[in-house]
Amino acid sequence: MASDRLIQMANQIGSFFVTQPRVSAPEAIADHLRRFWDPRMRDAIRQHLDRGGAGLDPAVREAVRLLGTSPER
Amino acid sequence: MSFVEEIDYGTPPSPSTEMVTLTIDGRAVTVPAGTSIMRAAMEAGVEIPKLCATDMLDAFGSCRLCLIEIEGRVGTPASCTTPVAEGLVVATTSERLDRLRKGVMELYVSDHPVASLDPCQQNDLELLDVAAKVGLTENRYGFDGARHRSTGLDVSNPYFMYDPEKCIVCSRCVRACNDVQGTFALTITGRGFDSVMAAGSDQPFLESDCVSCGACVQACPTGSLIEKSVVEIGKPERSVVTTCAYCGVGCAFKAEMKGEDVVRMVPYKDGKANHGHSCVKGRFAWGYTNHKERILKPMIRKRISDPWREVSWDEAIAYTASEFKRIQARHGIGAVGALTSSRCTDEETFLVQKLVRAGFGNNNVDTCARVCHSPTGYGLGTTFGTSAGTQDFDSVEQTDVMLLIGANPSDAHPVFASRMKQRLRQGAKIIVIDPRKIQLVRAPHVEAAFHLPALPGTNVAILTALAHVIVTEGLCDEAFIRQRCDLDAFQDWAAFVAELRNSPEALAATIGVAAEDIRGAARLYATGGNAAIYYGLGVTEHSQGSTAVMAIANLAMATGNIGRSGVGVNPLRGQNNVQGSCDMGSFPHEFSGYRHVSNDAVRELFVRDWGVPLEREPGLRINNMLDAAVDGTFKGLYVQGEDIMQSDPDSHHVAAGLEAMECVVVQDLFLNETANYAHVFLPGSTFLEKDGTFINAERRIQRVRKVMEPKNGMADWEITCALSNALGYPMHYAHPSEIMDEIARLTPTFAGVSFEKLDQFGSIQWPCNDKAPAGTPVMHIGSFVRGKGNFVITEYLPTAERVGPRFPLLLTTGRILSQYNVGAQTRRTANVVWHDEDVLEIHPHDAEERGIVSGAWVKLASRAGETTLRALVTDRVAPGVVYTTFHHPDTQANVVTTDYSDWATNCPEYKCTAVQVALSNGRSQWQDDYRAFADQSRRIAPADAAE
Repeated sequence: MASDRLIQMANQIGSFFVTQPRVSAPEAIADHLRRFWDPRMRDAIRQHLDRGGAGLDPAVREAVRLLGTSPER
Repeated sequence: MSFVEEIDYGTPPSPSTEMVTLTIDGRAVTVPAGTSIMRAAMEAGVEIPKLCATDMLDAFGSCRLCLIEIEGRVGTPASCTTPVAEGLVVATTSERLDRLRKGVMELYVSDHPVASLDPCQQNDLELLDVAAKVGLTENRYGFDGARHRSTGLDVSNPYFMYDPEKCIVCSRCVRACNDVQGTFALTITGRGFDSVMAAGSDQPFLESDCVSCGACVQACPTGSLIEKSVVEIGKPERSVVTTCAYCGVGCAFKAEMKGEDVVRMVPYKDGKANHGHSCVKGRFAWGYTNHKERILKPMIRKRISDPWREVSWDEAIAYTASEFKRIQARHGIGAVGALTSSRCTDEETFLVQKLVRAGFGNNNVDTCARVCHSPTGYGLGTTFGTSAGTQDFDSVEQTDVMLLIGANPSDAHPVFASRMKQRLRQGAKIIVIDPRKIQLVRAPHVEAAFHLPALPGTNVAILTALAHVIVTEGLCDEAFIRQRCDLDAFQDWAAFVAELRNSPEALAATIGVAAEDIRGAARLYATGGNAAIYYGLGVTEHSQGSTAVMAIANLAMATGNIGRSGVGVNPLRGQNNVQGSCDMGSFPHEFSGYRHVSNDAVRELFVRDWGVPLEREPGLRINNMLDAAVDGTFKGLYVQGEDIMQSDPDSHHVAAGLEAMECVVVQDLFLNETANYAHVFLPGSTFLEKDGTFINAERRIQRVRKVMEPKNGMADWEITCALSNALGYPMHYAHPSEIMDEIARLTPTFAGVSFEKLDQFGSIQWPCNDKAPAGTPVMHIGSFVRGKGNFVITEYLPTAERVGPRFPLLLTTGRILSQYNVGAQTRRTANVVWHDEDVLEIHPHDAEERGIVSGAWVKLASRAGETTLRALVTDRVAPGVVYTTFHHPDTQANVVTTDYSDWATNCPEYKCTAVQVALSNGRSQWQDDYRAFADQSRRIAPADAAE
């Protein structure tokens, strides 16, 4: 999937959770991605991180890292 | 043949709890204090003749037919205007009363252009029915004398006609327009014998302020106002109660039929959502069912450049199944998906998501709520614990302050708008937050206490600023918060909103609204009594749509305005069954009842019932499906009753996604815009042709009843079953009631729902189960569904869609009264007389700068695309803001909207697009290209060539 679209979507999700108190933003972002993103979208953003993760906000980078390293399919 | 008879009690019921006993015609009758004697008599089975009274309207006392005698009182008072009193002894008949009534009735009849007194000879003439009831068998004055002035038939309205000669000046029409509809378009002009009802300033109806709701026609007892269809087709022979297939209000109607023809749709008084009222769409705009463009035979084609080829149902289903199997074999299980329809029934949407999960073996199912109220699901689920409005519509009768944000009920939910206006005329106040001066800002006898024209994209800012005032001025309901909410979350939230950067003064420039107005509105909302929030797509269709929904929930919790009648948070759902389609598990991450697919216990429940393993990972949303199609991993889509090519944002991207697919299946009434990219067309059925249920914006489950056989041969649920069977996953149901039984079996909030119970109760609001066997009109009483109410920090983040030198204006889109969604239905009715093209509203200042006058062709351009349409110069929009509708494919307004979307749900940001507007010489290249493509794509091969 087009990385720039996924990067924008992931950063949008991140921009919400980094404002929330009493939660770990990366964990909350990762949880959101697990709950609402199809595995192929998660694979794509993970692969983007593997390629350096350009454009991903810091908390989002950490969240994608939390998704794990192996493809889900 | 049967007719659904409704009793007319003459006057509305009294809300009093004090009971009064009186004697009517010798029998003791006990009714609430304040009840009219007319109503008390009718409740006891004694019908008093009447003409100017009807229980939809307050008593008027003008016709002098409902006279009675009361022991110990002189004269013959009107029973409609005389309230009951303890111990009264009333006689409704006597020699004197009979004589008076006959005399009065004879005068009415003599002034009426009828040739006989036989009610069977006339269409729907209550006048002659009453004449018969009072025993009038002859008219001594004849039928040829002078009558009320005749200004000639007014046939200007496409749906009804007005014959002033038949008017008896009972004012029922005028009162219906005023009291029920709230438009005040009708009046009585002239004096004495010249007095007669007139629309507007004695204008033809079509030129007046009349909104064609039909209330006046329904009220008219003489046939002076009558549906043209009744005149053309004749008296109906039977009627069936069903539910409107337009907006989320969910009006109940009696479909009055003659054979297989609908004679008229009459709003049903026992309908709990509409209480006998209607709008121009539900009342009149059903002619699309017989429109010449309706497709009734299945069609297939190999390529979208080929003409369609009509085939049998068997061939169409077999071809579709083979294509989907081929695609999955070649590209993987996840390469196909489906869209359920918010215009179809619960049972039909349930089957489509079941087909995807059990038949396709994935969770790639989505619905049009994705592009409208998906943020409501996320926002209210996070804060309250469930994805639905908290109140019933009747709750508005206890509301003191309405906060209306991002919704235009007068156009999009007109019947509920009338309820709101009724309450506002009684003294309730309204705060309107909307970039446009919508009708509820200022309407006859209605004026908003505050209109806050927040700039598009600033909802979260203004909602947080309102919260700032409530917290910093000590207006919170601390007892409610302590008892009902998560205190840690509240304290975090209160500290956040109290920051100076969230004050009205700090945010006024961003929002575009004066700080003192924001403060005034916040004080009114927090201290004005029962306060209810009503919101629409102007809240959800933003990049911060979910955040705004949570900000709304925060306000309600902070002020204790939740969990009782008169208050609450009420999303006004767009389409007729958008609530139901969400409830039925149409989202790719949820089963019915909003339970996540990764929940092992829930999934196991479905696995056991459906007999197949089910995927635990969420599937693709529609926008993700289109992305994946462009990316090459998604190849097949089954679309039931939606037109994403016209309704979804960034039309270029939608077209690219659809073009990239190998098998697009469209199931619809017409060759819609999406069908231009389809390989299979499965003709759908209308709401008149099938059984099922719809669920409206107040969680009300209502029956849809078949009034005629499907013209295409199959109801939509039967088509989905056939497709599933062909794919190898058996679906066998004898009737939609069996599907509802399955829904109830698998969905705790529907556990107590069945067709039998719906027939018994009329309608039921979910949750309906052992805890609430009769349903739940108001939610979150005592505690929230999630336990403690959850306050959420709502940091305002400006959308990435910014105005600049190239695109200096903000476009927001919406709906108009006479048209519905993509217009597939309403454009194929006479409603086009009110709106036959989308127009662009532009403020006089912005128009003057560009040399634009009303009616001029203008180019509307964004970074996504451009289109052309006519301009309407109006100060209804603020400077810097332009507005249009998306009802017409020729405009294709969504070619301009972008792919930005809500952070949590991907709901598109329709309401905020940076655009430029300039005078245009003609249509855009896209419009010309698209029209040529559409014409080419809609070709149907002649039958002989197909063989």
